[in-house]
Amino acid sequence: MKFSMLPQVFSQMFKKPWTNKFPAKYQPSSTTKFLKDVGEGKAKIIPPVETPKGFRGKIVYDKEKCIGCKLCIRVCPCGAIEFKEKEKKIKIYLARCCFCSQCNDVCPVNCLSMSDEFLLSDADKHSKDLIVE
Amino acid sequence: MTKQKEVTKTTYQLPIGPIHPALKEPVMFEFEIDGERIIDVDVSLGHVHRAIEWTGMRRNPIQIIYLAERICGICSFVHPFAFVRAVENACDIQVPERADYLRVVHGELERICSHMLWAGVAAHEIGFDSVLYLTWEMREKALDLTEYLTGNRVTKAILTIGGIRRDITKEHIPKIQETMKYLKDNFEKLRKVYLDDKTFQIRSQNCGILTYEDALKLCAVGPTTRASGVKKDVRVDQAYAAYSDLDIDYMTPDVLTGEVNGDVYDRIIVRLLEVKQSIGLIEQAIDKMPAGDLVSEPKIPKLLNYIKKTAGEGIGRDEAPRGEVIHYVKFDGEHEQPYTWKVRASTYNNILPWIPMLKGEQIADIPIVAASTDPCMSCTNRVAVVNKNKKYELNKEQLHQLSVAKTRRLMR
Repeated sequence: MKFSMLPQVFSQMFKKPWTNKFPAKYQPSSTTKFLKDVGEGKAKIIPPVETPKGFRGKIVYDKEKCIGCKLCIRVCPCGAIEFKEKEKKIKIYLARCCFCSQCNDVCPVNCLSMSDEFLLSDADKHSKDLIVE
Repeated sequence: MTKQKEVTKTTYQLPIGPIHPALKEPVMFEFEIDGERIIDVDVSLGHVHRAIEWTGMRRNPIQIIYLAERICGICSFVHPFAFVRAVENACDIQVPERADYLRVVHGELERICSHMLWAGVAAHEIGFDSVLYLTWEMREKALDLTEYLTGNRVTKAILTIGGIRRDITKEHIPKIQETMKYLKDNFEKLRKVYLDDKTFQIRSQNCGILTYEDALKLCAVGPTTRASGVKKDVRVDQAYAAYSDLDIDYMTPDVLTGEVNGDVYDRIIVRLLEVKQSIGLIEQAIDKMPAGDLVSEPKIPKLLNYIKKTAGEGIGRDEAPRGEVIHYVKFDGEHEQPYTWKVRASTYNNILPWIPMLKGEQIADIPIVAASTDPCMSCTNRVAVVNKNKKYELNKEQLHQLSVAKTRRLMR
């Protein structure tokens, strides 16, 4: 039993690593340049691991359907939803959202749904990408 | 002949923590050391108070579910589960049978993840890092299944008052069976590494012993107490959810080895046996699951209005991977927010057993003995008394008076 781990070590040596090299195999020397290249089609992004069905990502809001009943505001655990009095519509601050999808469940007209978008990090919590309205 | 130098025998004090590489979470130990031996231990807590109960008393029960989920990162199912059961108890809400079975499946899946995480950490504490990766590779499969069933790896957001939010349908079952088969196939490998390996045996046998009497006296809970031979498990003692229909028994180390020592090795045995038991429970629950509703009251505003009108108090108990969790809730019948909410996490009971465990051990055994109860400090910290920005401690008499005053206030 002295070398009981050896078979494991050998089998591990020839296994494909689990790590998905997202977004690039090696860290680019300049991230902004890499992203620019991707935009121009010069470089390619290695796609992230697929999200499962039922994943709770960025909220999608169908403004036309919304009736302004404020139920989502009542159940939101983090107070991420603001009511716009004038328009009778809501504004969701994703920087505060905890992605529990409770607002989706409570909505009587189903105007909210969860997408599978999860790349939401931003230096500014009030940036355009992080506010759904 | 020279005069012999006089040797004074004194003990030394060794503080470890609050922030220390061997401790994953802030907790402060003050050791009294004689050479390598530990003579006395003092534990002080209160470094990670987050005012969760205070925050909860300003929210409605639906919002608190997600707050309770964040009490502990690993027990993100059992804390909301205990809370939800407390609310159901207080407001007399019946849970559909199918939801009970689904709750068992998610609870046991969490136990598998938690025990495997602990086993990996224990291996890491004694410097056996390759086993950490081996264990966590298996744990990853269980986490993938959690993500597949609930939509997220850690914060599951699956419970609601009076039921459960997402169903397990026919299309989910092949993946569950596949994962359970993988875990069962690899369990033998894990058992061999943890229980037959010499490194583990020399580090964990006869180390950190908690006797049967001490475990009873200090009210230890969960695998810590079961490893000392105390048959205590909420799932069996006061079967909740669907546990009464399933084949479940106390997991004590004598099931495997025939004897109880109460050392770290026994705690490893208990946790590994419980992983196996959980796999069996998930399979049973999937087989026996009846058809039916998921929630008793699908309309949340109606449910909230009902809770608002109800006055009463309730207790929710359940068996977390670390031991028994208790949530107490009281509603006054006028407000949506609970009048009071009290959480007792399982680590709270498992702190005092540290003292008999650590006495007489060597300094190098501190990490593995401390880790062997699977401590979770931030779940435990419930009280911090602050006066003019100065934290002060309360003695027993003052605490008793405060407690009496609180009881009177609640009874009013």
